[in-house]
Amino acid sequence: MTAALSIRNLQKTYDNGFEALKGISFDVQPGDFFALLGPNGAGKSTTIGIICSLVRKTGGSVSIFGIDIDKDFPAAKQMLGVVPQEFNFSQFEKVYDIVCTQGGFYGMSRKLAEERTEKYLKQLGLWDKRSTQARMLSGGMKRRLMIARALIHEPQLLILDEPTAGVDIELRRSMWTFLEEINRQGTTIILTTHYLEEAESLCRNIAIIDKGDIVENTSIKSLLKTLNRETFILDSSDGLTECPDLGGYDGRLLDEHSLEVTIEKGQSLTQLFASLTEQGVTITSMRNRANRLEELFVSLLAEDRQREGDK
Amino acid sequence: MNSNAIWTSFATILRREVRRFTRIWPQTLVPPVITMSLYFVIFGSLIGSRIGEMGGFSYMEFVVPGLIMMAVITNSYSNVASSFYSAKFQRNVEELLVSPTPNWVIMAGYVLGGVSRGLIVGLVVTLIALFFTDLKVQHVGLTVSIVFLAAVLFSLAGFINAIFANSFDDISIIPTFVLTPLTYLGGVFYSIELLSPFWQGLSKLNPVLYMVNAFRYGVLGVSDINVAWAFVGVLVFVALLFGWGLHLMTHGKRLRH
Repeated sequence: MTAALSIRNLQKTYDNGFEALKGISFDVQPGDFFALLGPNGAGKSTTIGIICSLVRKTGGSVSIFGIDIDKDFPAAKQMLGVVPQEFNFSQFEKVYDIVCTQGGFYGMSRKLAEERTEKYLKQLGLWDKRSTQARMLSGGMKRRLMIARALIHEPQLLILDEPTAGVDIELRRSMWTFLEEINRQGTTIILTTHYLEEAESLCRNIAIIDKGDIVENTSIKSLLKTLNRETFILDSSDGLTECPDLGGYDGRLLDEHSLEVTIEKGQSLTQLFASLTEQGVTITSMRNRANRLEELFVSLLAEDRQREGDK
Repeated sequence: MNSNAIWTSFATILRREVRRFTRIWPQTLVPPVITMSLYFVIFGSLIGSRIGEMGGFSYMEFVVPGLIMMAVITNSYSNVASSFYSAKFQRNVEELLVSPTPNWVIMAGYVLGGVSRGLIVGLVVTLIALFFTDLKVQHVGLTVSIVFLAAVLFSLAGFINAIFANSFDDISIIPTFVLTPLTYLGGVFYSIELLSPFWQGLSKLNPVLYMVNAFRYGVLGVSDINVAWAFVGVLVFVALLFGWGLHLMTHGKRLRH
């Protein structure tokens, strides 16, 4: 099957000598919901910039549904929609005009562009704001406006660069639902985000990039299986004055109502609860200290930096 | 993109450009009309009546074609320079850069937007001029051709200025220090026959002189220079600037990293 996005040995060195990408390679399969993660300055936005032609690559190749961008970029662009990190629309144009005009840039007839504009503005809850100048919108509305604009030509591959940055949780969840729906309808989605629970909840496959290199590229499920230890917070209704015997588990008392316990891979929680019950400690709730993907993300980056330090 | 899609994209850019300058008409259409009306009143009517004839015509008749051309040139230039630089500044130029629209279509759309504003302002200034003098156009085709070509030429120049510009100051430097002196010294207000041979020779290096005189020839039937050369010169400059602009777009100068 032809990959929705195929990147081979992609390199980018900026004029000032900074090597933003050191020859990365990965594939995204059609229909996938793919996470491209990495810390700030890792090379995510540079990669996206190259895919959508805003950054010129130094070396390597990029194909979108089998079309090499060096051979037929216009055809490749026709299949691609991009929601950038920064707002990049005219602040003085009306919401309706911004979306409808973008359809024209893709060669769509005025009638079709108007139909799609209405469709996506309604789906994204912006129809009532269609006559408002973009600068008057809230941050969340501006993000949704960029999604509507990116969808106007109904691309097969949609790239979203931190689409929920600065968006409140309610709106973020409604955007997740919307993105899941268009992914179900067949649109391949690549997402970059700093909210790792977002990536864990939405995405099936993942690439982690750091300092211009791919550190990990696998399915989220496989990645989570590699998690060797998890740290839990246990909430107790009792007023604890000292850390109870945790039956050999590594842990500590955080405050009089909560304990932090680390569970190694293969260990069972049953023994821990048995030990606590024996001592009369009542546990009312339990949660991960951090998102599981976040723990892996941090440890992968730490390992990568350790390797770099060893070189 | 097929030809239909290219046409749609071009028409979309042009429509957006026209929508932009008509939306902010108090900034784009009214000031040049007021300025030119003042020129008509002061230079044409008040001072002009004391100057007497120039080139065989009353001073008002002589100065009107130059002032119309001056309005067309400055408005074509500033429209594209400010619109394209604003698109860079607000980053909405990326809407076009990520789309399949070819670079030459992007350029053509912006340039025709500038031409539209230049010609609309030129038309309004012409209508106002009719309150001060009778305009009997001698060569309609030539008049329309040269004003259109001049608008294209200066729109292209404005586009290139916007590509290089890094701040709003950069798009006012060329109009202030290059375009305005060239226009004022380009035979708008006087015939170069009044100058000494040295200054006449120097004036002939000014491209605006050729456009103003070709336009004046179209309206009044008189010119300080060979009109054919004016057309050749303008066409050559249009080709050169279009090629340069396209080269800059293709290589992403100050547009792509």
